[in-house]
Amino acid sequence: MEHAGHNAALSDLRRRIVGLDRSARAKRSALAFGIEGIDNHLPWRGLPLGTLHEFAESGLESEHVAAATLFIGGCLARTKGTILWCLRGRDLFAPALASVGLHPDRVIYVETWKDAEVLPAMEEALRHGGLAGVVGEVAHLSLVASRRLQLAAESSGVPAFALRRWHTDAERASASEPNAAFTRWRIAPAPSPPPPVPGLARARWRVDLLRCRGAEPHSWIVEACDAKGRLALPAVLPDRPDRAPRPAAAQGGGGGRPLPVAADGDRGPRRVAAARRRGG
Amino acid sequence: MTAARDGSRRLVAAADEAALAIGLRPGQTIAHAQASVPGLVVVEAEPEADLLALGELARWCGRYSPVVQADPPDGVLIDIAGSSHLFGGETGAVRDLLRRVRRSGYSAHASLADTPGAAWAVARFGGGGIVPTGGAAKAVAPLPVAALRLEGETCRALALLGVERVGQLAALPRAQLTRRFVRTLFERYERVTGLAPDPLAPIVPREAPCVRRAFPEPLGHLDALAAALERLTGELCRELERRGEGLRLLDTILRRVDGQPVSLRVGASLPTRDPAHCVRLVGERLQTVDPGFGIDEMALLAARVEPLRARQEEAVATLEAETRDAAALAPLVDRLGVRLGTERVFRAAPVESRVPERSVKRVPALAPVTGISWPEALPRPSRIIDPPEEVRATALLPDYPPKSFVWRRVRYNVASADGPERVHGEWWISDAKMAELRDYYRVEDEKGRRFWLFRNAPTPEGTRWWLHGRFT
Repeated sequence: MEHAGHNAALSDLRRRIVGLDRSARAKRSALAFGIEGIDNHLPWRGLPLGTLHEFAESGLESEHVAAATLFIGGCLARTKGTILWCLRGRDLFAPALASVGLHPDRVIYVETWKDAEVLPAMEEALRHGGLAGVVGEVAHLSLVASRRLQLAAESSGVPAFALRRWHTDAERASASEPNAAFTRWRIAPAPSPPPPVPGLARARWRVDLLRCRGAEPHSWIVEACDAKGRLALPAVLPDRPDRAPRPAAAQGGGGGRPLPVAADGDRGPRRVAAARRRGG
Repeated sequence: MTAARDGSRRLVAAADEAALAIGLRPGQTIAHAQASVPGLVVVEAEPEADLLALGELARWCGRYSPVVQADPPDGVLIDIAGSSHLFGGETGAVRDLLRRVRRSGYSAHASLADTPGAAWAVARFGGGGIVPTGGAAKAVAPLPVAALRLEGETCRALALLGVERVGQLAALPRAQLTRRFVRTLFERYERVTGLAPDPLAPIVPREAPCVRRAFPEPLGHLDALAAALERLTGELCRELERRGEGLRLLDTILRRVDGQPVSLRVGASLPTRDPAHCVRLVGERLQTVDPGFGIDEMALLAARVEPLRARQEEAVATLEAETRDAAALAPLVDRLGVRLGTERVFRAAPVESRVPERSVKRVPALAPVTGISWPEALPRPSRIIDPPEEVRATALLPDYPPKSFVWRRVRYNVASADGPERVHGEWWISDAKMAELRDYYRVEDEKGRRFWLFRNAPTPEGTRWWLHGRFT
């Protein structure tokens, strides 16, 4: 009897907590990747709208974040409406976004050079609503800043994408700091298969889900976005990791130092040999 | 000289002094003119642009008198009565006007007379000059009848009667001629000689809407200023609503106690008269104002306005989705523009250029959508390294993609490559550009990183390789 009363009180408390938790209250629609494996892994069957997502690259690539840029561009290309993109420099080349399906008419760029400009601009845009997505290139994303962005995104239902760019080792060290992003991703280039004819095959990325509310970390090898922004699974998956890397270890290892070229084991030299045979 | 099309013929529309001097006349056919003068420079006539320029000129003439009328296609009428003494009498005014107009590249004749019609006639047919008071009839008498602004048809009919001069026309019996010709014939004459009134339709300069308020006590606190701003914005927006206009540029002028004015300018990307929006825009800047010992007076001036009523009616009706989106985003774009600078909120638009870094231009964030994108077949990197960084690359053969390269002291071994994509310099700009030649390669290293490298045209020192962008 007493036990049952206890349970009722607990469930009542739980209900009230759920009512307070705004993130759980909103029934989210999500931006699906269109890939069974990734969508099934995520609790919302895609990237939930009205939340903050963080994208980064490791090592030296974190300065240019070229792959993550295309990844976000591809995600947003599958939405409708205008995108606001807060730039942290002048190196984003708009034709590339057009090549993954994000038409130039749909993107409004804001030239913000430092975090102190990027974060307020993102928040303003998220609160304003009416956008299909807000992207900001930031170096530091503290717990407070990310929570502000998350609340702003919740208020309007616009997805927010924080693209982390690090130029110095000190900035890279901030990768492991906690923040309030719903999902944290790391995009890295992956070797593409040798094409049957001289040239380049469709690029491949390694997509690591480092942290996600309600899902385990995982990683996938995918083929890069096509002209409509769609990802694809490679036909054969010989290199698929069977276990996700530990996020902390992976980021610590990648931080700051240039990755030695031969760190890839025996696969690198064999690829080169293969290429040389084709060339000859 | 300029050419205009009249049916199937191309006629000389206007000719400059040099062309007139060698005997070309407006109304000739272009073929005739070109046959008589080899190497003739012919420019297409632009009547709309001419009309706009004439309007500008007329507005400028407002410095002589407040009553000015543009008189298309090629005249400006100025009512100088009562203001000529400011320019040293009538002679001085005419001389000053001609000097200034000619200095800015126009060829001009001026005449001053009792009536606009007489001045018009004397300036065009009488060689200009000042007609003494009461001498209009005498001044126009020796001029051809065309000086009365008659149509060609009427002039020809009068010529058949042997009437060529205005003086002859004046001597004719009026009743019979009025029956034969249009009534306007003698009306024109009466207007020229001052017997009938001939009022001007002067350009009315539009006043910029402005509201101001002087404070009984100097305000030193931002909150008080914000409250005053809110009231003034409300007034201004009501005034704009009455005029059916919306703000594009708003100047806020604050006068401090020490006499120093502080002015803030904010712009709106689409015309607006929403007080809350204006207050937010100015409020962003108001925080940067140093009130000093206090602010005496605040004035809001709508520096540029555009008609807004039509658009609002449109919004109610079915409106294209893009326009509606732009209207919804305008407040956001304005706020970001005020905070960061208008030129830093933009959209990228394609430019037809072969040089990759020149294929993008910035357009205003809410410029009308064009639907034009870049050609899809060209692979372009997502991040461009500008200016390109030189890399040390080794290729097996001069025409091959590099086997490996060193960039920023890190060696990358190339696994596979695609290319070359040859980009020529824009030879139509200069000869030096013609020599600029780049061969672009997309290369992938053994870890899957993709780079965008290019090789210069071979020079005596050897080929140089540059890294211009990254795909991943």
